[in-house]
Amino acid sequence: MSEEHLKMTLKSLKDRFGLHESELMKYPPTLVADPAQMVEICQVLRDECEFNFLCELTAVDYWPEEEPRFNVVYGFYSHAKNVRIAVRVPLNGDNPSISTVEGIYRGANWHERELWDMFGIHFDGHPDLRRILMPYDWEGHPLRKDYPLGYEEPQFTFNYDEIDKRKHHGRYEEA
Amino acid sequence: MAEPVEVNFPELKHLVSERAFKGETVLLNMGPQHPSTHGVLRLLLELDGEVIVNCVPDIGFLHTGIEKNMEAKRWLQAEVMTDRTDYLNNTGNNLAYCLAIEKLADLDVPPRAQTVRVILVELERISNHLIWLGTQALDLAAQSVFLYCFREREAILDIKEMVSGQRMMTTYFRPGGLWRDIPAGFEIAVRRFLRMFPERLKQYEAILTKNPIWLDRTRHIGKISLEDAIALSQTGPVLRGSGLAYDVRKAQPYSGYEQYDFIIPTGTNGDVYDRYQVRMEEMRQSLRIIQQALDKLPYGPFRSNNRKYVPPPRAELGTSMEAVIHHFKLWTEGFNVPKGAVYHPVESPKGELGYYLESNGGNQPYRVHMRTPSFLAIQALPIMAKGHLVADLVAIIGSIDIVLGDCDR
Repeated sequence: MSEEHLKMTLKSLKDRFGLHESELMKYPPTLVADPAQMVEICQVLRDECEFNFLCELTAVDYWPEEEPRFNVVYGFYSHAKNVRIAVRVPLNGDNPSISTVEGIYRGANWHERELWDMFGIHFDGHPDLRRILMPYDWEGHPLRKDYPLGYEEPQFTFNYDEIDKRKHHGRYEEA
Repeated sequence: MAEPVEVNFPELKHLVSERAFKGETVLLNMGPQHPSTHGVLRLLLELDGEVIVNCVPDIGFLHTGIEKNMEAKRWLQAEVMTDRTDYLNNTGNNLAYCLAIEKLADLDVPPRAQTVRVILVELERISNHLIWLGTQALDLAAQSVFLYCFREREAILDIKEMVSGQRMMTTYFRPGGLWRDIPAGFEIAVRRFLRMFPERLKQYEAILTKNPIWLDRTRHIGKISLEDAIALSQTGPVLRGSGLAYDVRKAQPYSGYEQYDFIIPTGTNGDVYDRYQVRMEEMRQSLRIIQQALDKLPYGPFRSNNRKYVPPPRAELGTSMEAVIHHFKLWTEGFNVPKGAVYHPVESPKGELGYYLESNGGNQPYRVHMRTPSFLAIQALPIMAKGHLVADLVAIIGSIDIVLGDCDR
């Protein structure tokens, strides 16, 4: 039964929004969508296809590629039908933005804050888009591929002032 | 009435009510160095007297950039970091990571390895629940339970040390199976634990389940309705406490969970007491699973025979040139995982733990993302805490069973 439901959902979404399946994702079955369609797709998935549960929301950076630079991955689960489905949304450019789905799946709130913090993907209409893991005055978005995996010098009493001076300008331009 | 206060963080203004600016409510900082926030969770509380009006969690104090670090390590090296995220559920994290790689690479896992994995993960579930029970009881001032729980947990840590040489950060599961076969005394040690533990579980329940103080502190506290729990992506005991029997082990079985007979306990009210009951029953069900797994523990290889991912046995290195080449390649370059992406969920003691792995065909992960239950459980904390006393907040934080390493990664 769940297999049928999955097939029907995939087919109806494909017909309705003109989507195609992602070849990259091995599991769960994944569709590729435009950013502008995403809110509507979420609405349809939740209200018509019984996917009541947003199980994950993450992103991938494909730097130095520019189109698409990012992929946002939404994972959905249906408690009633016991199936999973995912939607990938390619985003272009260095300062991408996409509409929030927080109004549909409330659990997306922190996921979207995390993606803003880590990737600099702006979620339009998000009620509380602040940094979540990094300090509020942090510069840059650490999980981007052009962000160096550098090491910060530990701040002790003897070098506190020296490092403090460096901290507020060009922290990662140097690295 | 207190003097009106100036809130110094303009970006936080929308998070507290108007009354805070008029001085009618008090803003109180709780944590990050608070013994009952279970790590480094900071909460901004808006209080009307002792009643919580608003609760704003602030996380990130234990953010160590594990996801970023894993992108710079080879697949096998990166596995070592998965232990460190949820440090009370190390084998569970290893399992999710290995299963995701196995799915990406179509790697087979022999039945013996799968069964041993199930035994260890279920032992880990008991050990995790023991720490939860001990610390929750300690938060509510039942100190003796804490000592008993750690005594039993020691037996589980001894078993883990026996199989892997490590008490906590085992990295014993490897893509394709196990690091090595289980030692000779393993079965005896686990059976000894199985005999000992049900009696001990009764002792904990004798102290707590009908204790009037415990009931007062936990019943009708921290309620979350099923609709809210689903909307906020809650899983594990939080969701089950609210009444939905969703368990990844049953819903989408992995590692042969479909062969075992166990039930998913659920609550009805979604309060702290229901979550307590759910976890206590889960420990019993875990014992049943371990018992069944031990009884049918098959003989045979403990890891896959796919030499592109799994090192050859030591004995072959003396006789086979091919084995030497494979060995050399695996320990210098590491294995390559075919291009692709996968999301693989498992049921960790705290809820659905999912690994999103993406490979570009190289010997390092291109992207690792962990969908961790603690992260989402803290998101639901404000809903549970609103309208309760500060003292009850301690019980609520304990009942969602968070590990901040799991939350912040």
